[in-house]
Amino acid sequence: MKKAFPILAFLTVLLLVYAFYQAMWVAPTERTMGDVQRIFYYHVPSAWTAFILFFVNLVASVAYLVGKNPKADAVALVSAEVGVIFCTVVLVTGPIWARPVWGIWWTWDLRLTLTLVLWLIYVSYLVLRRFSDSAQTPKLAAVLAIFGALDVPLVYFSIWFFRTQHPQPVIGGGGSIDPRMLHVLLINWLAFSCFAFLICWARYRLEMLKRDVEEAEALESLLETGTSPTLAKGKLGGGPQ
Amino acid sequence: MNSLWPITLASLAKDIRLEWRSKDAINSMLFFSLLVVVIFSFSFDPTAEESREIAGGLVWVAFLFSAIVALNQTWARELRNQVLDAYRVSPAPANALFLSKAFGNFILVTLLEAVMAPLFMVFYNLRVLGAAWELIPVGILGTWALVASGTFFAAMSIRTRMREVMLPLILFPLSIPAIQSMVEATRIILSGDGNPRFWIVLLLTYDVVFTTACLALFETVLQAE
Repeated sequence: MKKAFPILAFLTVLLLVYAFYQAMWVAPTERTMGDVQRIFYYHVPSAWTAFILFFVNLVASVAYLVGKNPKADAVALVSAEVGVIFCTVVLVTGPIWARPVWGIWWTWDLRLTLTLVLWLIYVSYLVLRRFSDSAQTPKLAAVLAIFGALDVPLVYFSIWFFRTQHPQPVIGGGGSIDPRMLHVLLINWLAFSCFAFLICWARYRLEMLKRDVEEAEALESLLETGTSPTLAKGKLGGGPQ
Repeated sequence: MNSLWPITLASLAKDIRLEWRSKDAINSMLFFSLLVVVIFSFSFDPTAEESREIAGGLVWVAFLFSAIVALNQTWARELRNQVLDAYRVSPAPANALFLSKAFGNFILVTLLEAVMAPLFMVFYNLRVLGAAWELIPVGILGTWALVASGTFFAAMSIRTRMREVMLPLILFPLSIPAIQSMVEATRIILSGDGNPRFWIVLLLTYDVVFTTACLALFETVLQAE
């Protein structure tokens, strides 16, 4: 497994370079928006990747509550962290594109708001993990992840109704997409998914190592302090003074 | 499960008696929301027309902030003398504890709303243009939405470092749809334009979904070690 990592890393870099080339030079320029539309090849794949990672987080959280496997918890943590990063990319690239095209940085549109709320929920998930004691963190975090998943449809309906009450902003929805653009988009998505998987993998290994180290340290300090008077004496008693 | 309601009521009676004797939570909540009302009032200084549009948001934000005060105290009280540990080892159903705490908070926040709502009317020159009685279901459902999930997340945040700070950080993002429903329903009723039914149904859905999830997961949170 460890040998596969550099191979995957190498392939991912190649794929990212190829996808960048495709997005910048091969994909046709959009007629009305011009070159600014090319941000689409980063924005949309990041969004898809983030949503997949959040879904992975939910599955891993449920798996942890059911099976109590610490590996599932590590997967949940890793997918939430990387998901938040990709979600941040989405929230940053969105306004950069929206400003020249819509004339505004931000609007409380359905997809924008939903992404922002998801981002907020997962940031609060990470904050909870950071501030709770290590022994209870996995359970509390898994419970919060389930609440987050329950919240998403409610947020969806609240914004959907709220926005249909008001005039719609200009959205590039409903149109058809040039097949060459779709092709580039899918290549970029593949590259970004590989990239996300690579980061998750590295982060997962790091997390497992960190836990091993913590466990070893805890055991060591337990041997030194908690039980040392009796244990050390017992050991020393047998040996020469 | 037969013992669920007697234990819930006993625990609730204990909490109410404690609160009745100390009046810690209710006093700090009342004063806090009074401060919020006054500060909002002179930082916006709206006309009667504008205040009908924004009052829904202001009222609920004030109640939300004050509810945090009560919610944070819910479990802090049980940490002293290891009461929570005693609950954990007792054979009483975990949900009895959750329900008693949620009902207790519900009573507290409802009392607060009953006192503060007239004050809001005075400060913001509010006159309800829609059907005023509809504010009652919105108030009940909205308060339950805040206290049910709030009590649950308070039980989670009590396990973390920086307890008091943690609760709003977990509660606010998740209660966005509930807050939006309460605010929109209140705004529609106050200004009398439109029908608040969708928002009331959404609020009810939130209540049902989140209460069910709280009851299903509370034991996990209580026993998390």
